[in-house]
Amino acid sequence: MIALERVRKVHGEVVAIDEVSLAVAEGELLVLLGGSGSGKTTALKTINRLVEPTSGRVSLAGEDVRSMPAPLLRRRVGYVFQRLGLFPHMTVAENIGVTPALLGWPRARIEARVDELLELVELEPASFRGRSPAALSGGQAQRVAVARALAAEPRVMLLDEPFGALDSRTRARLQAALAKIHRRLGLTIVFVTHDVVEALLLGDRIAVMRAGRIIQVGRGRELAQAPADDEVRALLTEPLEQAAAARARLAEGP
Amino acid sequence: MNELLAALPTYLAAHLQLSLAALAGGVVVSVPLGVLATRRPRAGRPLLAVASALQTVPSLALLAFMVPALAAVGAPSIGWLPAVLGLFVYSLLPILHNTTVGLSTIDPAILEAADGVGMDARERLRRVELPLALPLIIAGIRTAAVWTVGTATLATPVGAKSLGYFIFGGLQTRNYAAILVGCAAAAALALLLDGLVHLLELGARRRRRGLVVAGLVGLVGLAIAASLPTLRQAARGGPRPLVVGAKPFTEQYVLSRIVAGVLERATGLPATTLDSLGSTVVFDGLRSGEIDAYVDYVGTLRAVILGRTDVPRDRAAATREVREALAREGIAVAAELGFENTYVVALPRAQAEALGLEQIGDLARHAPGWTVGGDYELFHRPEWQAVVATYGLRFASERSMDPSLLFEATRSGEVQVILGYSTDGRLDAYELVPLVDDRAALPPYDALVLAGPRLVHEYPAALQALQALAGRIDAAQMRRLNAAVDRDGLAPAAVAAGFLRELDARP
Ligand SMILES: Nc1ncnc2c1ncn2[C@@H]1O[C@H](COP(=O)(O)OP(=O)(O)OP(=O)(O)O)[C@@H](O)[C@H]1O
Ligand SMILES: [Mg+2]
Repeated sequence: MIALERVRKVHGEVVAIDEVSLAVAEGELLVLLGGSGSGKTTALKTINRLVEPTSGRVSLAGEDVRSMPAPLLRRRVGYVFQRLGLFPHMTVAENIGVTPALLGWPRARIEARVDELLELVELEPASFRGRSPAALSGGQAQRVAVARALAAEPRVMLLDEPFGALDSRTRARLQAALAKIHRRLGLTIVFVTHDVVEALLLGDRIAVMRAGRIIQVGRGRELAQAPADDEVRALLTEPLEQAAAARARLAEGP
Repeated sequence: MNELLAALPTYLAAHLQLSLAALAGGVVVSVPLGVLATRRPRAGRPLLAVASALQTVPSLALLAFMVPALAAVGAPSIGWLPAVLGLFVYSLLPILHNTTVGLSTIDPAILEAADGVGMDARERLRRVELPLALPLIIAGIRTAAVWTVGTATLATPVGAKSLGYFIFGGLQTRNYAAILVGCAAAAALALLLDGLVHLLELGARRRRRGLVVAGLVGLVGLAIAASLPTLRQAARGGPRPLVVGAKPFTEQYVLSRIVAGVLERATGLPATTLDSLGSTVVFDGLRSGEIDAYVDYVGTLRAVILGRTDVPRDRAAATREVREALAREGIAVAAELGFENTYVVALPRAQAEALGLEQIGDLARHAPGWTVGGDYELFHRPEWQAVVATYGLRFASERSMDPSLLFEATRSGEVQVILGYSTDGRLDAYELVPLVDDRAALPPYDALVLAGPRLVHEYPAALQALQALAGRIDAAQMRRLNAAVDRDGLAPAAVAAGFLRELDARP
């Protein structure tokens, strides 16, 4: 469904991503996992042309993404920004309905869609439709951002660390909600995170990035069993060791 | 006071019309320019620089500059058009500046989100950038509104009706109530306009349709109220009323009303006066037919149309020369009124008597310790050079100031001697005594009633009626008329009416 072929992006001296190749199957949820500055966001943005690669090719459903005007492409691809980017001058309902409005949907259909999506992300429509983004908690804002990305019924969703900076309970609820949406709608999803646990939980496959390159791609179990190098091994085992150590401390008790 | 209040609605409406038109033009031009400036910084930076440069031009100069600029392209060069253009230019910067700042300080993450949801450049501008920049744009419009209303008072010297009528006129005739009325009305208007625009902004920001509607209704209502007099005038139809011009001093206010009275009686047409016009503005207006008559002085005309700046020796020859030059411009001299208004060297009577000063020459001894005051033009004029050279005067310093302040300055002691005007009622009001020009250094400034092309060609009867004024006002009479305004506080119109009644009574 999505294919990156030897994609490279250079900002002056800085190589943001280098020779990145990746294929995402239809209906798959692929996680881009890597540390800060490893190039996850850059790779994700080449898919809907928020970043134009310096070289290489990106295609969507077999078509080069450059074959159509960027705005039209983006209306077909849901995107959740790392910093959410809700429009502060619009209500929650207007934020969610923005892409359908650009596509010229009739008003009634937009309104119905907004209610449907608010229910889907578990926000009470009557209470949230008319709110300003400034009047939302962090978790509520992230749900609205996900709903906005889903609004125009895209077949492809790109999410850039959508659940960062949330308490663990809220995050777990949102992760579960996303997994449910993915399964129900059969979307193709690329999900960026630097959290291994989240990657293991959500990803059908995980692509590990470091310094602008993809080091290894595979199912979580495959990565744990045959890590490409020590760093990937450390990446996958460290959280397990940390969890074990934490549990041991708990058992010792005060 | 009642007369002031009776005139207020007309001038208030004209002031409002001028301000609203300039402001509307400013908004319509500046906001798109601001958008352009942020899209194309290479075009935008020079654009902002030009707007800033224009803003540094003093507003009075900017308005005055519009007169010759318009005349050069053959457009109506006095009155509404130059005023509205000058104010329009003045309103550009705050709106342009705020639009650019508002558009260029939007969080880049929001702009990227707009791209991300699939907006093209236009949609992004309309749905995201302009709404987010709106508070700043409106703030710019509010600034421009207050400036425009304030600056519109300066439209009076270029011949547009505005509240400046009360301020300029009041300053010249020492009518402080008039100044107060003009300033208070302008301030109230500025606050009102500011408030209405603010209402629009609040409504847009809080999405309260009621507020937006209230703001719009207010603004549209104001616009309609402001254009009512113009519309009524247009509906009434018929020939344009006759217009008599006046420069900004008392004598001109009185004489213009006398001339207007004579014209009304002779033609049956309404005749209006246009007060406080700049000296070249009024002459240009007469020549182009936008003004039908006014009173000017031989010396001034000689300088303005003939470019002659020497002091003429022969008074009759000078007048003849000016008459011929005027005729070539299609302007007739309807009457020589019978007095001259020339510069006089004057000082407080008490001082003159104490020091025994009678003639200008007597000043030579005291000049090195004294400051002399004069109007803005004086010290550049040949008359001043002639006085200095003829009598060998050297003053400690020369100070230019507004004629309305000149007389006050003798009282406060800021200047010891002034060059005033021979028929000025304020000479008496401030107890100043003119010194005798025994060596005839100062040129004659005989007052002439000038008639423009329209009177000459279409209203010969009016021209004849004006001729009846010839020789009817001597210097003493003129001083009395001026003093009735300056000292006794009568309205120029009332003084003129009194004079016309007297004239009828005389054989
Ligand atoms: N517009 C840009 N100009 C210059 N350098 C950039 C730009 N965008 C990204 N980079 C650089 O490219 C590299 C990859 O950035 P990217 O945002 O893709 O990382 P990331 O993996 O998403 O990091 P994080 O987890 O912190 O969001 C970084 O070193 C970053 O500094
Ligand atoms: Mg990132």
